[in-house]
Formats: sequence, C-alpha cells, structure tokens
Amino acid sequence: MPGKLPKWLLALTASVYVFLHAPLLVLVLFSFNDSKFAVWKGFTFRWYERLAERRDILDSLWVSLEVGLASTVISTLLGTLLALGLARHRFVGRTLLESLLYVPIVTPEIVCGISLLILFVFFKMALGITTIIIAHVAFNISFVVVVVRSRLEGMDRNLEEAAMILGADEFTAFWKVTVPQLWPGILSGALLAFIMSFDDYVITSLVTGPGSSTLPIVVYSMVRGVEPSVNAISTIILVVTAVLIYASDRLTQDKPLKA
Amino acid sequence: MSGVRLAWLRWSARRPDARAWGLMLPGTGWLLVFFMIPLLLMLVYSFMPKGMYGGVVAGFTFEHYLRFFDPLYLKILVTTVLYAAACTVLSLLMGYPVAYVISRAGPWKNLLVFLVIVPFWTSFLVRTYAMMFLLADEGLINKVLLALHLIEAPIAMLPSTSAVMAGLVYGFLPFMVLPIYGSLEKLDPSLLEAAEVLGAKPFARFMKIVLPLSMPGVVAGSLLVFIPALGSYLTSDLLGGAKTFMIGNLVQQQFMKANNWPFGSAASFVVMAVVLAAVFGFLRQRDNSEAGGL
Repeated sequence: MPGKLPKWLLALTASVYVFLHAPLLVLVLFSFNDSKFAVWKGFTFRWYERLAERRDILDSLWVSLEVGLASTVISTLLGTLLALGLARHRFVGRTLLESLLYVPIVTPEIVCGISLLILFVFFKMALGITTIIIAHVAFNISFVVVVVRSRLEGMDRNLEEAAMILGADEFTAFWKVTVPQLWPGILSGALLAFIMSFDDYVITSLVTGPGSSTLPIVVYSMVRGVEPSVNAISTIILVVTAVLIYASDRLTQDKPLKA
Repeated sequence: MSGVRLAWLRWSARRPDARAWGLMLPGTGWLLVFFMIPLLLMLVYSFMPKGMYGGVVAGFTFEHYLRFFDPLYLKILVTTVLYAAACTVLSLLMGYPVAYVISRAGPWKNLLVFLVIVPFWTSFLVRTYAMMFLLADEGLINKVLLALHLIEAPIAMLPSTSAVMAGLVYGFLPFMVLPIYGSLEKLDPSLLEAAEVLGAKPFARFMKIVLPLSMPGVVAGSLLVFIPALGSYLTSDLLGGAKTFMIGNLVQQQFMKANNWPFGSAASFVVMAVVLAAVFGFLRQRDNSEAGGL
C-alpha cells in the first residue's frame, strides 16, 4: 500500500492500546503487592494464599465451573444443531428464526436478566444453580450459532456427498466427514460460551439464589472495599479467560481440513 | 443401519421442512421459552398495576409508561441516551485510527488484533474494577500523585460523570475496532494506488475512498457500542453515583430495591424500544451507505 503511517497516528494507536491494557496490567501487578493499599511494598503471594482460606470463594469457584460447564455443553449442542439446520435447509419461517437469533444479541443484559427473573418467579421456580444455567444457555445459544455457522459456510459439502456416494449412510457421513471438519468451529463456540458464562455478572446476579454465588458475584461483593484478594481473584479470572481466548483464536485460524 | 436411523431417514426424506425443524427445535424452543416468553411476560407486567409485595395485580394501566414524562425519569432517559451516544462517538474517534493502523500493520496484524480481542472477551466486572482500582480515593492514580507531591489531598474521581464515561469507552471500545478493521481489511489497495497515480493527496484519498468504503464497519461498530452502552448497568453502578444514574440502574433498582416490578418492566421496555429504534436506524443507514458506495 502506498505511503507510510504518520507518527501521530502511531502514537495515538499506541496510547489507545495502553488505555486498553494498562488498567488490567496494574490490577495484576498489585495482586502481588505486599500491602493492603495501592503503594508498592514488595512482592508477595499472600493474597492468593488468603483466597485458599476463604470457603465462600472456593465454593463460588466451584459453582462457576459447574454453571460454566453445564451451560457450555447445552448451548453448544443446541447452537450447533441450529446452525446445521440453518445452513443446510430451506424451510418456512427461516427469516423469523434468524430474527429470533438476533434478539439475544441486541437485548441489554439487564433486560434479559430481569425478564428471566419475572419468568422464574411467575412459575415459582427456586432461584439457584438451575436458573443460572438456564439463563446462561439462553444468552449463549445465539453466539454459538454465529461461530459454528461461519465455519459451516466455509466448508465443502461435496466431501459429505462423496462419502455417501461411496456408500456411507447419512449418519456415518455426518460423524466421519462433517463433524471432524466442523470440530474447530464447535470447540471455538464452546470456549466462547464458557468465557461468557464464567464472566457474567449482571444476568447471574438477577437470577441467583442463596448458596449459589458464582465467582463474579463474590468479586462484586468485594470490589468496594480495600482488599487485594479481589485483585488476586481478578487475576485468576483474567488468566483463565486469556488462555481460553488464545485457544479459541488458534482454532478459528486453522484452515479447514483437507481431504 | 439401525431401525431408528432408518425410520428417521424415511420420515425426514418425505418432509424436508420437518427434518430441518428436527435439528433446530431444541435450540429454538429454548430461545422461545427462556428469551421470548420472558420478554412478553415483562411486556404484560409493564401494563399491570403494582402489587403489594413486589408482583402485580390484575388490571390494565398506562401509568408506568406515563411516569417517564416525570422530569426525574425523563432526565434519566436523556442522560442514558447522551452517555451512550457520547461513548459511541469517543469510541469511534479512538477506534477508527487503531483499526486503520492494524489494517496496515503487515506482520503485526495478528498480534494487534489479538490484543483487541482479549479485552473484548475479558470479564466486564473485572475490567470495571480495574478502573475503580485506578481512580478511587485510595487508588493508584491518587497514590502516585500524592507520592510525587503533585497534590496534597486525593482528588475525588469516583463517583463522577467522567469516570463513568471512561469506564464505558474502556468497556466497549473493542466492539468498535473489530468491525472497522474488518471492513478496512477488505479494501482493495489498487483503488488507493489508482487515486495516488491520478494525483489525489493522502487526505483526499482517505476522505474519498477509505472512509466511504469503511462505512459498513463504522455503522456496525457504532451499533455494537451504542446498544450495550445504552443498557449498561455495572459501569454507572460502580464508577458513578446519583448523578450518573442510567436506565439500567433504574431497572435494577425497581426490581431489587423499590419492589415496583411493573414500573421496572416499563423501564426495560423503554430501553428495548430505544435499542430497536437504534438497530433499525443503523440498518437503514447501512443499506443507504452500501447503495451509495462503490
């Protein structure tokens, strides 16, 4: 492309990157600070050790993992089937279904959470892990559909047809040809679903009940105090998220399998 | 081939529609039962009189929507829309140059995109807390300024409108960068070369070629920032106070504290109405800009 980038443009970009990343880096750094206050006093692991002593935090980590895994499995399964149906079939009501899929993407979290709360209270369902999982699946399905569909659209259908011509029945062709090709898309959708579930505070806070606090709920209850353990939990959440994003990023960058 | 498989194949071969729905029914069902029905239920609640202990009682009323004409609530609505709009404009001003640089970064592209994606997916709560950690009276910025003797007492940055604005932009900026980068990435470099050969100066090349061709990305990015900013709750909850009360906070307050569920429902629908108006507005804009583009 013609021309070099002007210096001011590079400086502006660099400062935006600093704005995006410095607050988190500072947060992580101070999770190792040997003082309760935002003044550097030396390196320590004690805030992490303190986490291990807090029953409520360990419990909430467990709840978060449970909710994350359950909602990821359900939303990935339902989302993948939806994506397959949408990509491969013409049917009555398609446009309507497409619009239905966009609703969760544009609905503000607070509205989604509150409306589910109304539903659960209306049907007298006890608020707890089950209602959190239901809510997380509801906001995750559409995102899984988007990710899996983009993978499906780049796939070669001829392979599946070739398998069937060579004598595989539809199910065998699906399992042996389609699924392996689609796998990176499914996995990447699943990772993103897990991240969204693991990170969610707003919706969870509205449909949670006694004894079912997730990690973000505990973090929220601590953020207004001066307590470096919050930095330590945040760091753990950040590391988990970054690893999963990296994995998902690698998966989506993989070229489709060649036959 | 097992009997079940055979039966499914026979049945579905006769009805292609039915087979598509067989795949899609579970997901669609979940979305209908746990997304659409709750929204409808909420709409119904918003027209019902308030009950004694939170819920609603039978009847029909417009009173909850009419309450929005009360200056107190009108102000919250205006504040919310202004904040979301300002956040969108700031994100655009900061995000466009970044997207432009990434699109021309050659070997650095993947890394730079990855560095935008990470905050995009990082816990919003943790990121907002990171802002609090910097801005609080006991926070890092005040401690550093005090240590350098630049100030004598901590500056009160929390709660404030600027803190909320910083938090909103910090939270949603990545949503702006990625779509703009996507459309700049598709731009054909030979167009720019042609323009250069024909004597167009850099600024003219940008205004006449780059900007118009990246409009779909600008529109998509603006929508992706404006919508969540409009419904945001955490940012103003943690970084703001009574002055920065947004409609998301009003909804939360009506349900969790004031126990006025129908008014909270009405407030939610006001948010949804603004969101839908924004979506349709942006979509029309996109269609126009696509038709007007090259």
